[in-house]
Amino acid sequence: MRERKKILAIASGGGHWVQLQRLRPVFSAHEMVYATVDESYQAEVPGQTFRIVPNANLTTKFALLKSAWCSFLLLLRERPDVVVTTGAAVGFFAVRLASLFGMKTVWIDSIANAEELSLSGKKAGQFVDLWLTQWEHLATENGPTYLGNVL
Amino acid sequence: MIFVTVGTELPFDRLVMAVDQWAGQHPGVEVFAQIGEGASSPRNIQYSPFLSATEFTRRFQEADTIIAHAGMGSILSALRYEKPIIVMPRKASLGEQRNEHQLATARRLLKLGKISVSFDETELAQQLDLLDALVPKEGIGPFASSELITGLQNFIERV
Repeated sequence: MRERKKILAIASGGGHWVQLQRLRPVFSAHEMVYATVDESYQAEVPGQTFRIVPNANLTTKFALLKSAWCSFLLLLRERPDVVVTTGAAVGFFAVRLASLFGMKTVWIDSIANAEELSLSGKKAGQFVDLWLTQWEHLATENGPTYLGNVL
Repeated sequence: MIFVTVGTELPFDRLVMAVDQWAGQHPGVEVFAQIGEGASSPRNIQYSPFLSATEFTRRFQEADTIIAHAGMGSILSALRYEKPIIVMPRKASLGEQRNEHQLATARRLLKLGKISVSFDETELAQQLDLLDALVPKEGIGPFASSELITGLQNFIERV
């Protein structure tokens, strides 16, 4: 039998969250914490632990700091074994901090990045345990791995 | 009903106004648009700056056709609910986005046969005129490809 782990699945809103939701068969055997930037997404994960982190993008420094701080608190409180994200900035902070805490981390670069990896995705590659692109032609030996996509 | 959506981040007036103009010439067609915060107000169609996740899903399911920016939320939802979708990519050169990734996404997914694409407003107006002939692409089911699911399951098992 598979061992039950605690997983934090985190993404910003819109397409990032939609992609994360398409991974649900991965999560169903585990204790889950879902986190995103908008309360209304809770309706899509009924009965599951659901947390909000403030949105961040790379252009506003204050929002960025606030978001990072909330990710820090979230990780301290939930102490997941694994953190899985489909991006963007919100997910980047979560895996960055989680890897400092020694938690296992997975970065799945959004399928929207079809010609090159996202900026956060490139940086995340330096420290995540599993670094994935959703486009086969972007996978390289020292770069991200391709293991399929959310389609 | 046509459901227009520009996603959660930025307005996309070029898309919304093109549909609005077309709708003005086709008064029998019902259109609802999610236009983003700070967008210009359309004159011929119903609209809202933002929709909750629940409302977004409802609008999506009720629509006959989706017109959207080339965002993955819109595209994946169209494939999931088997709705025909026309996307118009945002252009960074017009300040509609930080980089040209929507153009790349649109080209790649067009090649995979997943979506219809209008690369500008003129093409969009032409494709709107042919709307009745538009059929949904092959759907994608509720979950990611089984190789991705299995790959992630194996990783998590090992940690």
